[in-house]
Amino acid sequence: MRAVGIILAGGNSHKMRELTRKRAVAAMPIAGSYRSIDFALSNMTNSHIQKVAVLTQYNARSLNEHLNSSKWWDFGRKQGGLYVFTPTITADNGYWYRGTADAIYQNLDFLKKCHEPYVVLTSGDAVYKMDYNKVLEYHIEKKSDITVVCKDLEPEEDACRFGTLKMDDKMRIVEFEEKPMVANSNTVSTGIYVLRRRLLIDLVEHCAEEERYDFVNDILIRYKNLKKMYGYRIEDYWSNISTIDAYYRTNMDFLKPEVRNYFFKQHPSIYSKVTDLPPAKYNPGAVVKNSLVSSGCIINGMVENSVLFKKVFVGNNCVIKNSIILNDVYLGDNTYIENCIVESRDTIRANTRHVGEDGVKVVVEKNERYAM
Amino acid sequence: MIKKEMIAMLLAGGQGSRLGVLTAKVAKPAVAFGGKYRIIDFPLSNCINSGIDTVGVLTQYQPLRLNTHIGIGIPWDLDRNIGGVSILPPYEKSANSEWYTGTANAIYQNLEYMETFNPDYVLILSGDHIYKMDYEIMLKYHKDNQADVTIAAMPVPLEEASRFGILVTDGEGQITAFEEKPKKPSSNLASMGIYIFSWPVLKDALIKLSAQPGCDFGKHIIPYCHASDKRMFVYEYNGYWKDVGTLSSYWEANMELIDIIPEFNLYEEFWKIYTNSDLIPPQYISEQAVIGRSIIGDGAEIYGEVHNCVIGSGVTIGQGTVVRDSIIMKDVTIGNGCVVDKAIIAENVRIGDDVVLGIGAEVPNKLRSDIYNSGLVTIGENSVIPPNVQIGKNTAISGVTVREDYCEGMLESGGVLVKAGER
Repeated sequence: MRAVGIILAGGNSHKMRELTRKRAVAAMPIAGSYRSIDFALSNMTNSHIQKVAVLTQYNARSLNEHLNSSKWWDFGRKQGGLYVFTPTITADNGYWYRGTADAIYQNLDFLKKCHEPYVVLTSGDAVYKMDYNKVLEYHIEKKSDITVVCKDLEPEEDACRFGTLKMDDKMRIVEFEEKPMVANSNTVSTGIYVLRRRLLIDLVEHCAEEERYDFVNDILIRYKNLKKMYGYRIEDYWSNISTIDAYYRTNMDFLKPEVRNYFFKQHPSIYSKVTDLPPAKYNPGAVVKNSLVSSGCIINGMVENSVLFKKVFVGNNCVIKNSIILNDVYLGDNTYIENCIVESRDTIRANTRHVGEDGVKVVVEKNERYAM
Repeated sequence: MIKKEMIAMLLAGGQGSRLGVLTAKVAKPAVAFGGKYRIIDFPLSNCINSGIDTVGVLTQYQPLRLNTHIGIGIPWDLDRNIGGVSILPPYEKSANSEWYTGTANAIYQNLEYMETFNPDYVLILSGDHIYKMDYEIMLKYHKDNQADVTIAAMPVPLEEASRFGILVTDGEGQITAFEEKPKKPSSNLASMGIYIFSWPVLKDALIKLSAQPGCDFGKHIIPYCHASDKRMFVYEYNGYWKDVGTLSSYWEANMELIDIIPEFNLYEEFWKIYTNSDLIPPQYISEQAVIGRSIIGDGAEIYGEVHNCVIGSGVTIGQGTVVRDSIIMKDVTIGNGCVVDKAIIAENVRIGDDVVLGIGAEVPNKLRSDIYNSGLVTIGENSVIPPNVQIGKNTAISGVTVREDYCEGMLESGGVLVKAGER
């Protein structure tokens, strides 16, 4: 393969509120049985990129647990493989990753040892399918220095969360603003980049000399006139999950048949760590409408327009509406949950009521599991 | 020198002909069970959960599915540097090449495999039972008794005892008599086909009886050991154990899984059943769907009604379709407006719209009344049922069928429809 992959999975997002208290955004559960990083990892393996580094830092334990074997994504090969890099103290450096560019800088040895001419750089917090080879071919064809994969957002979506781009008619990037107060373009960077490995090493080394640490602000934006940067526009589904609303909406998108078909049925597949759980069980009294239900669930009550992750137990006379119930949640009898995200491994006491009144409510309850 | 205290030999070569069209193309141990499992997952999971990491799987009949399923043993953590799972088919030898002619003959033909591990004990298992058992406890029992042979057995109703190998003990657990399918059983302890042998005893018996045609554990090895005064003990087991060798027992064992608290509970944390889990999107239950008392596998899409069913992964059930009391294996598609009553539908079957399965009176099957006798509709894997046909009870279908195959759009109860090239 002509590229190595780097997945930036170090980040926290305060916009995820309680949900990232114990895990990195890249480890957020998605669509019942996946984690956010599965999408980037599966795209890598489906694009035949067989050497992939995951740079992690914030609350990495959950992510590391998920990455406990590279075989889930077919990376367990003698050649290449999956490399997980967390910050370490070295003879001349004792810092955490101070930014995305610094994270790459601190692992430059890996990049220098590779022989692949290109690097595909991406983040672990987006839900999408992509053949990176197509971007790479475009990159070569355009004689581009850095190719930025971009997407036009719908008018109602908030572009200010992202880097916004403006391109000329040849797709060359002429403006690039990171998280502007007022967006003057609805074309946003997806955080997926292709560039030559040598160039990345040079840029990152130079950046470090100047004691700058951020890939977007200190490299992309500063070099946008010096280097030829092109945008590669995608039309397919792409969703960044790093706010509560986006996370909720992305999961709910999987209730739409076209999104489900695209990710669950159309080739190529998304891979994830395999868990051995029995099929979902519906007891008498269960009423389930328009919902995703994952393996290991046991349902006694009512579930509507919701996503149940693995091993959720829904007690008698429960009502779950428009909600996302993360892995291994026990809902006691007669609970009412509407418009909520229930954090994983929670136990919701019987007769409890949680409703997200204006917006989505994040429920974190740590009651002892009282009956099984 | 490799040394394993106990290795397991898992007999998985059987056809399981009493499962009719379900085993036309797969060995019984590879038949799907419980929505996502295959029957062999249960003994294999028991092995790894009991700390046995060396398992020889003896295959013979239609082994492709089984071999693919087991692979190098990854799902059961049996992909080991030393030991692990090995698939042992019959093979050509310089003299005396033969198929496995009996259970003991199959083991005999793999003496060399067992010797590689220099075991103290050999556990003999069969690949067609549903149960959870800790073989380590059985081994301890074997050691405590200084036994040569320990046979797992469970009490059965006396009136059914004549179907089994019956063990008579002296009250201390030592076996005093062994009766193979006796007319007048003197005990109700039935052999489960699970044996622990001390290796020298097994080796000796296998070699001594190697000339015996169709050498079998129940018929030859056990009587031989008994006759040569070996210390033989019964390990009494009282948990859930089910031989799923007939369509009705297979159907019942599946249906028991959907009890509110099943006797055989797949949801227990401490004795997990492992299987070759596919890629795992969750299942989607649509707005119009009605689901009552069922288990449903990953990746299924349900638009119709499902009552008292075991539904495999990747199954699609169309709008307005009602499925009751049925076992649907993985990747089956059932069209819109169908009615399915008491059916076993094997993997990858396609059923058109407005098909009715399981109507009419329950009359005996015309070809094989000994197999298709419990009112079920049985459909073999990869079959296709055209739209708008009706199918009666005690029927079997296999192969790609078209409307012309059905007389006036109907397969009467007791009928069999097996297309050319199918068995």
